[in-house]
Amino acid sequence: MASLGSGTVSAPYAVAIALLMLGLYTMVAHRNLLKKFVGMTIFQTAIILFFLALSAKRDATLPILPEGPVDARLYVNPLPHALMLTAIVVMVATAGVALAILIRLYARYGSLEEEAIVEPPPEAR
Amino acid sequence: MPGGEQLPILPVAVLLTAAVLAPIVGLVAPRATWGLAVLGGGVAAVTALAGALRVVAHGPQRYAVGGWPPPWGIEVVLDPLSAFTAAVVTGVTAVTLLTSGPAVLATGDARAPTFYALALLAEGGLVGLVVSGDLFNVFVFLELAAIASYALVASGGGPALAAAFRYLLLGTVGASFYLLGVGLLYAATGTLNMADLAARLADAARPLVAGGAAFVLVGLAIKMALFPLHAWLPEAYTHAPAPVAALLAPVATKAAAYALARVLLEVLRPEAPPVGALLTAAGSAAILVGGLQALRQTDGRRLLAYSSVSQLGYVALGLGLGTPVALVGAYLQVLAHAVAKAALFVAAGAVAARGGGVRVGALDRAMPRTAACAVAAGLSMVGVPPTGGFFAKWYLLQGALEAAQPLVAAVVLGGSLLAAGYVYRFTERLWVGTATPTAGDPEAPACVLAGLVALAVAVVGVGLGNAVIVERLLLPAARGAAGG
Repeated sequence: MASLGSGTVSAPYAVAIALLMLGLYTMVAHRNLLKKFVGMTIFQTAIILFFLALSAKRDATLPILPEGPVDARLYVNPLPHALMLTAIVVMVATAGVALAILIRLYARYGSLEEEAIVEPPPEAR
Repeated sequence: MPGGEQLPILPVAVLLTAAVLAPIVGLVAPRATWGLAVLGGGVAAVTALAGALRVVAHGPQRYAVGGWPPPWGIEVVLDPLSAFTAAVVTGVTAVTLLTSGPAVLATGDARAPTFYALALLAEGGLVGLVVSGDLFNVFVFLELAAIASYALVASGGGPALAAAFRYLLLGTVGASFYLLGVGLLYAATGTLNMADLAARLADAARPLVAGGAAFVLVGLAIKMALFPLHAWLPEAYTHAPAPVAALLAPVATKAAAYALARVLLEVLRPEAPPVGALLTAAGSAAILVGGLQALRQTDGRRLLAYSSVSQLGYVALGLGLGTPVALVGAYLQVLAHAVAKAALFVAAGAVAARGGGVRVGALDRAMPRTAACAVAAGLSMVGVPPTGGFFAKWYLLQGALEAAQPLVAAVVLGGSLLAAGYVYRFTERLWVGTATPTAGDPEAPACVLAGLVALAVAVVGVGLGNAVIVERLLLPAARGAAGG
């Protein structure tokens, strides 16, 4: 496994970090819960990009191994891809639950703005 | 015992199977899902206990999932610490599943199967992350438990929806930080197996390891609601339906605390010292701020939630000190607090079942047996001998004094004073008030009482039996972690 920087492609790391910051900022700065959710998704996607960047090598090909001895430097590292497949499943499940909660919030409060939700609803018991 | 080598994975397999069966059983007999959950939780507790006994008798147990040997495959490890934590999580949850029945079945036949499927999934995730020996696998189980928990909290409707969404946002940020940290550690060492990673850390690039460690620890600190990253906890456990709070509050944060302990002490040991001081400071702040906040609350469940923030501070403080005695205190606190907090949340649920919410002082003399169990649990929170809480705090105090940190020792004692204050407030009406007259007998149903009594007995039992637990499981775990 190559360490960061040596033999790996470095531009994706910069993009991943930029997306990470953008997602986190969106989550903090916006007061609309749906926008917070969008920020969260960008944030998670950035991490996936980061892992995929880890596996990338210059001039490497798909890790489908032929018979006989293999030079690992010629192949992309498949492990981060396998990990991210699982992480995407986790992400989709989180998104499903988040959207379900948002739909119920909207049905109850008629808005997804934080101010409208934090206050007790008009028909409070 | 034949098949004993598969004990480490058995509780997880049982719980996840039961979680899948719950909706299917629910199609035919919705009310039977409660029985299924109790059965699944009970079997998981028994197998986890058997695993712990096997660890005591034969030493750590390792199991390669699917027959793939580590470090390539995922490894499941039962060592003294994980066996202890798995037994705590499954044991306490088995009791809270039993007590959840009346409240859950009252919500209707349509909702009971969903509730139990999610509850079993959440518990399976928590136990899975405890026994896992693989960093990425921990993330998967952490999220399995978390996603089920978000849905469970949201099932309260109304204010619980907003609380669940906040919990989801912060929980996901925590998990994502953890994942990013794991990515950096993988980049530094090329492995995800904890034992393998610990061995390779010495020749890894230091900036990568330090960055990875920081992300992993902050992520887990969010999950364990360590002050000042605790914002999600009071909201979520105040508005969650009563049985959900009783199920999750005692164990969910403990499993995350366990993961923090494992990664900090056994994987990143060389990086630990600067983190240790920070953890002790955060833990001390949590004890004081959580305790003061709990004192100010008028809602009984919010009071209990803030007291969780405070009591988790003790765990962080012990982990931060890092000496064998302090670690024993932290581990024992996990057990003592899980049992006591389960009893208190179940009691709060019994109060809520009378209607009229859980205001401070709603627990009164009309339900003497529930109140007696809650008081026993409350005494453990304060740290009155011979309860488990006393011994946990005793070890922590000893650890703080051994480390020549009188200020930390003072915080340990001050936290007990605060706990005495908020436990008094929670039980106020028992001492100075009269019972609110209600139609019929307001005392909790038999199965809830049985669970409460079991928890109250455990509160005292942990105290009286602490020497055995500490010598057989906790001291070996702490010695191994502290490198002594």
